[in-house]
Amino acid sequence: MKILVCITNVPDTTAKISFTDNDTKLNKNGVQYIIGPYDDYALARGVEIKEQTGGTLTVLHVGEADADPQIRKALAIGADDAIRVNADPQDSYFTAAQIAHIARQNSYDLILMGRESIDFNSGVVHGLVGEMLGVPSYSPVMKLELNGTTATIAREIDGGKETLTVTLPLVLGCQEPIAEWKIPNMRGIMTARTKPLQVVEPVGLDEMTAPEKFTLPAPKGACKMIPAEDAASLIRLLQTEAKVL
Amino acid sequence: MSVLIFVELDNGNIKKTSLEAIAYGASVASQTGSTATVLAIGQADNSELEKAGHYGASKVLHASDEHLAHENALAYSDVLFQAATKEGSKIIILSKSGLGDAVAARAAARLKAGVVSGVTELPQIDGAFKVTRSIYTGKAFATTEIKSDVKVLVIRKNAIEVDEAAISGSAAIVETFASSRRDSDYQAQVTNVEKASSELSLTEADIIVSGGRGMKGADHWQPLLDLASALGAATGCSKPVSDLDWRPHHEHIGQTGIKVAPNLYIACGISGAIQHLAGVNGSKCIVVINKDPEAPFFKAADYGIVGDVFEILPKLTEAAKALR
Repeated sequence: MKILVCITNVPDTTAKISFTDNDTKLNKNGVQYIIGPYDDYALARGVEIKEQTGGTLTVLHVGEADADPQIRKALAIGADDAIRVNADPQDSYFTAAQIAHIARQNSYDLILMGRESIDFNSGVVHGLVGEMLGVPSYSPVMKLELNGTTATIAREIDGGKETLTVTLPLVLGCQEPIAEWKIPNMRGIMTARTKPLQVVEPVGLDEMTAPEKFTLPAPKGACKMIPAEDAASLIRLLQTEAKVL
Repeated sequence: MSVLIFVELDNGNIKKTSLEAIAYGASVASQTGSTATVLAIGQADNSELEKAGHYGASKVLHASDEHLAHENALAYSDVLFQAATKEGSKIIILSKSGLGDAVAARAAARLKAGVVSGVTELPQIDGAFKVTRSIYTGKAFATTEIKSDVKVLVIRKNAIEVDEAAISGSAAIVETFASSRRDSDYQAQVTNVEKASSELSLTEADIIVSGGRGMKGADHWQPLLDLASALGAATGCSKPVSDLDWRPHHEHIGQTGIKVAPNLYIACGISGAIQHLAGVNGSKCIVVINKDPEAPFFKAADYGIVGDVFEILPKLTEAAKALR
């Protein structure tokens, strides 16, 4: 079993977002970076599967060197080796093309990643990679069990859940409760230091999309407080003032 | 060269978010001097599909082959690719959902198209083609230029204001779209589908009533359900509530759950952790009911009531019933 887990390097969920350089760059000052929370679920399930079935788990990140601590963390959690495609990705198609390029060289049985990154929230990279490789992709996957080369998957659909069985190889976008997040132990942290982290240059392709300016939402007006004993008047305000009823 | 809009059907009806996508696509078509064509996959009556005309589409391609009856993002993306190729479409519009994102992604890979998901407004077209998208889970927006020849846009709910009063009565022309079948899209065996069909879907709902730990337990949900039913609202919950199994996981709204953008979001006993706010900050109007006046959610709210949810909810339900 050869498993590839793709991770993002993103601001912590509680980070305050602001921009610099005339609103063209994220202000990284004081921002804590983490492995994307959905990617963390993908990694945890990948490690569990590797431990059950044997094989190798490679972690892949498309991004710059400031992600290396997060890549080392993934190695400490249980990945065997890592590849970093040295680029500053701004576009889903670009990122997917890099992942597909690495995947073609190594023919993985299972490619796992989060359902979406929490910076750009697109949720399209797994689908792009799947189509580029000509293999099925599913998301958001909440349960993954393997029996040989057959996978049983439970995934969320609009207002419900679907269970299906399908043969590997697969590309999956993961979310909870596929596995519990893993915290690296001391031995993991020690061995992670010497595990291979290969840095490769991106494959070139035409630029598809490019962000050019960032803006923050307009500040919210003051909250209108309504006394509890007069709660019923809220409904009237929602109808006549807010006009949402 | 028409703008192509992929719509989703629910029991033979065009979903509300897809009607928005049609209005959005029709507006882009008029900006670019082109026409709007809809692609509908699955079973639906012509009388329903003709409605696409009310929202500005001139034509509907209807792919209703038997093998397309079950929702299959892989196969649907192939049909979209075939329709886009046949129509010579350079702009493709979908509404954001699990299916929309998957179909957009796989079709974009084959069309070598730039894809932007989470678009919140109509594009600016002046030589360059620019869209505004929601990023950092609603904490910011990015103006993004799409440079590729073919462009795929996945739009969020409320990306366009649909004026129901102004919709025209003209019907779209419905044509059967015969597509070829790609066997590799049918490898999977779907063994079980659990769908609460009676429930209003959270991503579609105009009003959502949502509960947090302040609701005190699974057995205490009735007052919240009563208000939801009086308002015709969908029900949601915070992450701790679904973690505790008080409510099903598919009701979980927040950073790691469903992101919603209703006209009205009523939060009952939810303190407003930043991860929850990330899932609701696209809402037009937010009401917060909490016994703790210091609850951070009040800072993000339009209306607030400090007090006991179990005393306040029945009063609201009564007032809402009187309204109808």
